[in-house]
Amino acid sequence: MQSIFYQKANDVADALRLAQQDGARFIGGGTNLLDLMKGDVEHPLRLVDITHAGLDRIDELPGGGLRIGAGVRNADAARHAMVRERYPLLAQAMLAGASAQLRNMATMGGNLMQRTRCPYFTDTAFSHCNKREPGSGCDARQGYQRMHAILGASPACVAVNPSDMSVALAALDAVILLRGPRGDREVALGDFHRLPGDTPQHDTVVQPGELIVAIDLPPSSMAHHSHYLKLRDRASYAFALVSVAAALDMEGRTVREARIALGGVAHKPWRQREAETLLQGRPLDEAQCRSAAKRLLEGAQPLDGNRFKVELAQRAIVRALQIAGEGV
Amino acid sequence: MPDRRSFLQSALAAVGAAQVPAALAAKPQQAATVPHAVQAAPAQPVHLNINGRDYSLSLEPRVTLLDALREHIGLAGTKKGCDRGQCGACTVLVDGRRINSCLTLAVMHEGQRITTIEGLAQGEVLSPLQQAFLEHDAFQCGYCTPGQICSATALLDEIRADGAGFTDDEIRERMSGNICRCGAYPNIVAAIRAVALRRG
Repeated sequence: MQSIFYQKANDVADALRLAQQDGARFIGGGTNLLDLMKGDVEHPLRLVDITHAGLDRIDELPGGGLRIGAGVRNADAARHAMVRERYPLLAQAMLAGASAQLRNMATMGGNLMQRTRCPYFTDTAFSHCNKREPGSGCDARQGYQRMHAILGASPACVAVNPSDMSVALAALDAVILLRGPRGDREVALGDFHRLPGDTPQHDTVVQPGELIVAIDLPPSSMAHHSHYLKLRDRASYAFALVSVAAALDMEGRTVREARIALGGVAHKPWRQREAETLLQGRPLDEAQCRSAAKRLLEGAQPLDGNRFKVELAQRAIVRALQIAGEGV
Repeated sequence: MPDRRSFLQSALAAVGAAQVPAALAAKPQQAATVPHAVQAAPAQPVHLNINGRDYSLSLEPRVTLLDALREHIGLAGTKKGCDRGQCGACTVLVDGRRINSCLTLAVMHEGQRITTIEGLAQGEVLSPLQQAFLEHDAFQCGYCTPGQICSATALLDEIRADGAGFTDDEIRERMSGNICRCGAYPNIVAAIRAVALRRG
């Protein structure tokens, strides 16, 4: 690993000040950043440690929501009584990701910022990656495409976002709280990650020097009818081929409101309100679930190596909705 | 008499220069991919508490906890497998929580209690999991074993805290961050289950 300077931030103001320095990057759990530094993919000059910046609280919000600090470790959030009770979908998704060791280290903010696991990005033996070296091309286009995008990709990039947590946060209408040199702002989870377009080097809308301070979860009436279904090449400790976060607000057998977010298929968690409204005001039956699934996959452009994902995703959506509908 | 490790180190050093292929020894592309001229960060004082003992070290910030343990302190029980957080051989306990020591900087762990495989036994008395790994033949080559045992030590507390059961499926899922290329998994699960059931 290259030489780096290290500074510990004692609070958020301290972190923002230290982040103004040339080549500075925040480090939380470090599980993704240090890995990419070892692989010669990321090259920060200095690391600003934010694990002592007071971002590790989980607080109740008025009306029944929760505010989860950006520095809370994934394992602690997944185990937290109020997260389990109010947002079991989030706990389930987080426990489906990584390993126990990594979840003990990784933070909420870091999980939101984690970079794609596209091997043509993470391995510098491949010389064409627009995300790593803008303008260099995309080796995945002629490569092994099993893990790549089928929705929202561009000629420049077919990488997918690897986070399970973000898929659940998308279905829960989470809001990301950012603080930067120019003040505070809030970004809806659905607007937080970008589609690659011509600038795949930018994964998110976070600006240089900005820090994620918390994730707000609005009150949810879907805690009793939600399910995270993750399909992967081995039973545990693998990234998703396809994942589905399904959440329903039910009145008897009738769906009042539905949310469906897909993982493993795009550069960001994939949601379409139109697909969700197809389920509203009706009983949850298989034909309706299939229609919603078909609608959500509309416009899919699979690659030669991942055509299976289009059908797999639709079947996964139907199954996740059915399990969510059965309730806890 | 040199131990196995120091023998291997000196033996490798002796053959190293002659046998490293030129393509591996030279890394011509590296400088080109680093965007800024990199100025070396100096070593700084780092104080770590490991297995109940305090260590005052002088480390560059880039030194991982794993390298600090193995190369600077000489506690070589913690193993370097992939060095990228994928295999779990480097698992240690920090304030009782299992982490991958390869993906964290030593300087980030001042003021915490670090426990490695060397710190689990009480003198000559092995920990219950160490003893169970012996009794159940839960390893073959042994390289992943320190990580497996540290990981399992934390797992026992986690399963209890979560109110989950000690089924084979539960143990396998929660041990999935520790890879064993000899495939000793059935006996690893048996060893963990035996300790869990004995404790009640």
